[in-house]
Amino acid sequence: MSVMNAPRSAPARSAGRPPSMRGNFSNWSNRHRKWLFAAPAMIFVGVLIVFPLAWTLYLSLTDSQGSVRAATEFIGLQNYLTVLSDTERFWPAVGRTLSFTGVALVCEVVLGMGIALLLWRPFRGEKWVRVAILLPLVATPVAVGMMWRLIFDPNIGFANQLLGMIGIPAQPWLSGQDTALGTTIFMDVWQWTPMVVLILLAGLTSLSDEPDEAARVDGASAFQRFFYITLPLMMPTVIVAILLRGIDALKTFDILYATKGKGGGSFHEVETLNVYAYGLSFDYNQYGLSSAVLILFFMIIIGTMWLLTMRKKAVSK
Amino acid sequence: MKRRSIVKYAAVAAALSLGLTACSGSGSEDAKESGTVRVTLANHVWTEGIKAAIPEFEQSSGLKVELTQLGEDQLSDQYNVKLNAGSDEIDVMMYRPLQEGKAFAKNGYLADLTGKVSSDAAWDWKDYQEGPVKATTVDGKVVGVPIITEREVLYYRKDLLQAAGLQVPKTMEELEAAAKAIKASSPDTAGFVARTGKSAAVTQFSSFLYSFGGDFTDASGKSTVNSAAAKEAYAFYGGLIRNYGPANVSTDMSWPEAMAIFTQGKAAFYTEADSLYKNATDPAKSKVADTVGFAALPAGPAGSKPYNIPSWGLAVNEASGNQDNAWKFIQWATSKDRTLAAQKAGVPGPRASVWANSEGTSTYPKDLAEAIAVSAKNGVGHDRPEVVTVGKAREIVGEPIVASITGGDASAAADSAHQAFQQFLDNEKK
Repeated sequence: MSVMNAPRSAPARSAGRPPSMRGNFSNWSNRHRKWLFAAPAMIFVGVLIVFPLAWTLYLSLTDSQGSVRAATEFIGLQNYLTVLSDTERFWPAVGRTLSFTGVALVCEVVLGMGIALLLWRPFRGEKWVRVAILLPLVATPVAVGMMWRLIFDPNIGFANQLLGMIGIPAQPWLSGQDTALGTTIFMDVWQWTPMVVLILLAGLTSLSDEPDEAARVDGASAFQRFFYITLPLMMPTVIVAILLRGIDALKTFDILYATKGKGGGSFHEVETLNVYAYGLSFDYNQYGLSSAVLILFFMIIIGTMWLLTMRKKAVSK
Repeated sequence: MKRRSIVKYAAVAAALSLGLTACSGSGSEDAKESGTVRVTLANHVWTEGIKAAIPEFEQSSGLKVELTQLGEDQLSDQYNVKLNAGSDEIDVMMYRPLQEGKAFAKNGYLADLTGKVSSDAAWDWKDYQEGPVKATTVDGKVVGVPIITEREVLYYRKDLLQAAGLQVPKTMEELEAAAKAIKASSPDTAGFVARTGKSAAVTQFSSFLYSFGGDFTDASGKSTVNSAAAKEAYAFYGGLIRNYGPANVSTDMSWPEAMAIFTQGKAAFYTEADSLYKNATDPAKSKVADTVGFAALPAGPAGSKPYNIPSWGLAVNEASGNQDNAWKFIQWATSKDRTLAAQKAGVPGPRASVWANSEGTSTYPKDLAEAIAVSAKNGVGHDRPEVVTVGKAREIVGEPIVASITGGDASAAADSAHQAFQQFLDNEKK
């Protein structure tokens, strides 16, 4: 408190004389200190979150294209109507975004739970195994994309050479219309399962041993102990993992762009909403339309987040 | 880039356009006072040469050069954000006249250089070839100076042709027969490879289109991608890759992927821009450096009509407050001496005098120099639809290429591409 009191004494000392500039500032800052302390955070939120969002919303209601400085016309919800009635690019992109997220998430959580259970009990060399498992997590997604792109090259890639050694015919992987999305899901699972492991492992170590021991005494099998005791107790942690990873997976851009480029391939085979919006603004320069896609995408993310948070509350109760 | 970053970009762009344009004057004042020219260039052999020579320019002009060098896609994104925001952070910009030229000029990003190019007789604007000049002139105003030109040529493997007892193909029919023969004799080697990505393949396909007698649009600007000639060209280009190309061919290949297949010794013929020839003849990059040969594009029913275009040019940012110094840099970088030096390093230039000078082609493989000379004579001045939103147009007219490569109905795909392209052209006219 002494720090806060100090400025207060300043005007008292200078009574009778016109207050100095420093005194003025001290007075002012003292009166407004709740704003002053919150200002950096508020400016940050305002400049980097509220303003861009509001600007995107505004652009989505205009016919902005070519240059954002060019004259634009307010066209109301026209962009949204165009986007929502677009069955060629928008809806397939929504489908791909959801299936990419859904499949990747299921694989990551199931695998992550399995690995977390294996790492739960202490064993020799535990540290090394944990470090090795975390390695994909620290790699840059674009570098990961480039690496897998080389491995999965249909002609000179390592994956097909390996398959060739055991007599399996070469696969198209990333270059196949039907296999590209699956291959990118595999890459996502490879990179992000460690994060799920990390979260679940933290949850597992905080569990009390007693319920498990009681069940063991009652003669429950390992299978029963997992499904009737560990899993229900772990549910809030699992939902946190799904929430964090799910939002991130919905927004995936880097590995898709690094492996298939603009438009998500010649058949748009990995074009998710993010890739679509990027193409609209950076390739087609249709900022109005692109903003509408981004706002709709934002709503999808908020909706998913809300559903999961509700679910978490229900489970926690 | 995730959504958050896109939003950040939007924020930066928006904030710049709203607020910072007001203080843009002060930034350029600083630059003028300190005599700094801010130059943004693409990763290219040309750029490497210029970079090495910049100290020479700094010494003679007393100016300082601040160089930013980026990959092609990153460069496009940078321009999209910075020029959109009216930023004066860029003085000189390397751009693709046929890809972005019209859009940039329409948006007012490019300074008018008409007065400047004709002001210096020694630098000699008249020395520039007609095609490239046309591509950097928009609505009668010169907005850029071409620096690199390219034509599509045939890359081939001398050893494979010799082993199979084949001649270098002069016509499209001979090319197909030779590709077929090589694929049949060694199934591991593709007879033919070329770009396959929907958008990336359009430029290399264009020469086939012209050689079959077609074009993307007619003289009145109407779509002609479903003409009989165009349908034939689509079917031929796609057929070559489907039937005689690499097994499991990807439909995402741009030049790095297609070039890799050729330089790994996995294909006999490859059609590509001549400006990329160093990738095939440099032993550090190519396993076939000793055996690669070059020839003019084989003739189709309408003759051999490869594109002959300026792939890159230099322009001055309209928002720059440092335009005179920017022009000084361009004047130096595109001088006859620098163009000759670049050309000797393997970058075909746009100056007639350099081509006429025997020194200009002294470092080129002899067959490549001959192929270039032929192509420059019959070349067509564009390699993609001449529109504002080139990115979208390429995707539309590229659709039948991919359909044809994957064994779909090229003719039906050309019909639907025609419809979409005509609609696109109508929208753009509005």
